[in-house]
Amino acid sequence: MIRHLLSAADLSRSDATLLLDTTEEMLRLTEGRSVKKLPTLRGRTVVNLFFEDSTRTRTSFELAAKRLSADVINFSAKGSSVSKGESLKDTALTLAAMGADGVVVRHSASGAPYRLASSGWIDARVLNAGDGTHEHPTQALLDAFTMRRHLGDLDGRKIVIVGDVLHGRVARSNVILLNTLGARVTLVAPPTLLPLGVENWPCDVSYHLDPVLPDADAVMMLRVQRERMNAAFFPSAREYSRRYGLDARRFGLLSDEAIVLHPGPMNRGMEITADVADSERSVIVEQVSNGVCVRMAALYLMLAGADETADDVHEGAA
Amino acid sequence: MSPQTVLVKGARVLGGEPADLLLRDGVIAELGQSIDAGDARVVQADGLVALPGLVDLHTHLREPGREDAETVDTGTRAAALGGFTAVHAMANTDPVADTAGVVEQVWRLGREAGHADVRPVGAVTVGLAGERLAELGAMADSAANVRVFSDDGRCVDDAILMRRALEYVKAFDGVVAQHAQEPRLTEGAQMNEGELSGRLGLRGWPSVAEEAIIARDVLLAAHVGSRLHICHLSTRGSAEIVRLAKARGLPVTAEVTPHHLLLTEELVATYDARYKVNPPLRTADDVAAVREGLADGTIDIVATDHAPHPVEDKECEWDAAAFGMLGLETALSVVQHTMVDTGLLSWSDVADRMSFAPARIGRCDAGTAAQGRPLAVGEPANITLVDPSVSRTVDPWQSASLSRNSPYEGMKLPGQVVATFLRGRPTVEDGALT
Ligand SMILES: [Zn+2]
Repeated sequence: MIRHLLSAADLSRSDATLLLDTTEEMLRLTEGRSVKKLPTLRGRTVVNLFFEDSTRTRTSFELAAKRLSADVINFSAKGSSVSKGESLKDTALTLAAMGADGVVVRHSASGAPYRLASSGWIDARVLNAGDGTHEHPTQALLDAFTMRRHLGDLDGRKIVIVGDVLHGRVARSNVILLNTLGARVTLVAPPTLLPLGVENWPCDVSYHLDPVLPDADAVMMLRVQRERMNAAFFPSAREYSRRYGLDARRFGLLSDEAIVLHPGPMNRGMEITADVADSERSVIVEQVSNGVCVRMAALYLMLAGADETADDVHEGAA
Repeated sequence: MSPQTVLVKGARVLGGEPADLLLRDGVIAELGQSIDAGDARVVQADGLVALPGLVDLHTHLREPGREDAETVDTGTRAAALGGFTAVHAMANTDPVADTAGVVEQVWRLGREAGHADVRPVGAVTVGLAGERLAELGAMADSAANVRVFSDDGRCVDDAILMRRALEYVKAFDGVVAQHAQEPRLTEGAQMNEGELSGRLGLRGWPSVAEEAIIARDVLLAAHVGSRLHICHLSTRGSAEIVRLAKARGLPVTAEVTPHHLLLTEELVATYDARYKVNPPLRTADDVAAVREGLADGTIDIVATDHAPHPVEDKECEWDAAAFGMLGLETALSVVQHTMVDTGLLSWSDVADRMSFAPARIGRCDAGTAAQGRPLAVGEPANITLVDPSVSRTVDPWQSASLSRNSPYEGMKLPGQVVATFLRGRPTVEDGALT
């Protein structure tokens, strides 16, 4: 298994499949039981290092680590922002002194987890919980897991991802991972919200949503900030919704089996209407619960086998 | 004979045949074969190439204001070790070099340190704020004798202000050195914009932001008949615009940095901020284009853009890190590696690109402290002796600079400056400061 999870590109197809299979196992082991804790990571310390506020992601990682019986330290470095605060290096040295085995890092600067993992400041395994406009690999894993539960093997499946690819990190990780798993991804966005060179990504690109919907097995709507219109990325929220929002009419273009995803938090009325978000083919709530299991799987696979001294690994989950 | 008399024996002058040079009273007193040493101290220079002392048109010495990163003294020590006898100190200090007082202070610090001539660059606008002209004439008339004006670090993006600056400096034969960066196109920019920036999630610095300003300024300079100098040209498109301007006979000059001759944007994928620089490292195609441009004379000179930063400003997240790299001590090696060893430039061309031409652009090629002069009898004895046959592994911790932010750390580069003479006085001998 990989040492750090910094990018979805770190995962080979077999790594990714193992992660998704392990997630399945985690789901089975924690579902419908009164005791939802597994002893797998007892004695291990997982630090949630959040330089950027994200209650959703932090809570998800925290719950995942606790269900595996790890000691969890929440290290909120928010406020010590990039420009003024305690340096990444000092924080890393502090965490090393605390004996962190795994560091889950969220940062507004792209590449910060990569620096943490490669600088030699700390020996721990590093999990990227979202860095700047770069990547969010566990989000991509939970999205893929959710799709797999509904669609089966993703090989050859058609996935449409709609919205702000430029400023987001979810689309990047999703394109990489879904491609690794054999799915065919189409990104849909106005040209202003696509990064330069996107034509060389392993996916198709469309500026129009309607034509790609009938063939889609899954549609993922990405959050689009209304304020982007002030920087001329699109003329108005209304025009954006009209051209790229998933409303009842477009929902009707989808096949009956197609599912709707959103990594949250949603801008209801902007990229997705309330009736679509709450429809029975929306798996948005499920994504959240699957998130915990995916993170359990990642922590388990990366930390439980980390070294030989972990005798209690084998009585663990798998 | 005075104790300063030195006989350099057997140096290949501009890479040509071996000759002896007798340095006396600050000038080249004799040049020829088998010169009698007399009382002169002999410096054996077999196999060494003799170049005119190098002149850097773009150096950040950080003093006043950021003496934790560099001082005039440490920066000029690094310059001497790199074979430079003159550096142009950029104006973006604190306080900004926008008055006669500040430029004279920097000039005087350079004289006191004595490792290389320091030619202060004056700011174009007050406080580099891009709002009103600094007292360019006062700086020109000061003891510092400023001829190069630049808001480097920032672009003079206001077209009318740029036009006025270009016009105004004609009165004292000055030149405006433009840091070409359209500010709106580069807000928050972190690296070259392209497929890689999209993949790494770093805000792009598009080449068009450089090229648009260069194109505009070339046209402005043509319109008002002024000299224009382009700092750190980094893209193929920029080279094409300058080539076109020169074909029209416009008085436009341009520089390229050593790092843009060698390094490409792929290094950014490490998120190691040593590779963060402005303008950013570009693509291999751009590197090929700036090498071609330097070879065919489109790009007139190599200038280091030596930009020291303390460790904490580089050992951090990419977004938070400072822009800039060290360059003085490695410039000649990088030029040898990328231009001489590849057959694109001769040593005589190197003398042109790193000494004659920068001195001409900076108007320091005449007068009592003339730089960038030919190696000929009666000329100032500003000489760099380089051994092109050796190579070395770059270790920034050995640098004379106060900072360590070299992008070449651990790289093996050819060439070693063995000695540097400033008006006949060795500032470097046996590869070490005297
Ligand atoms: Zn500059």
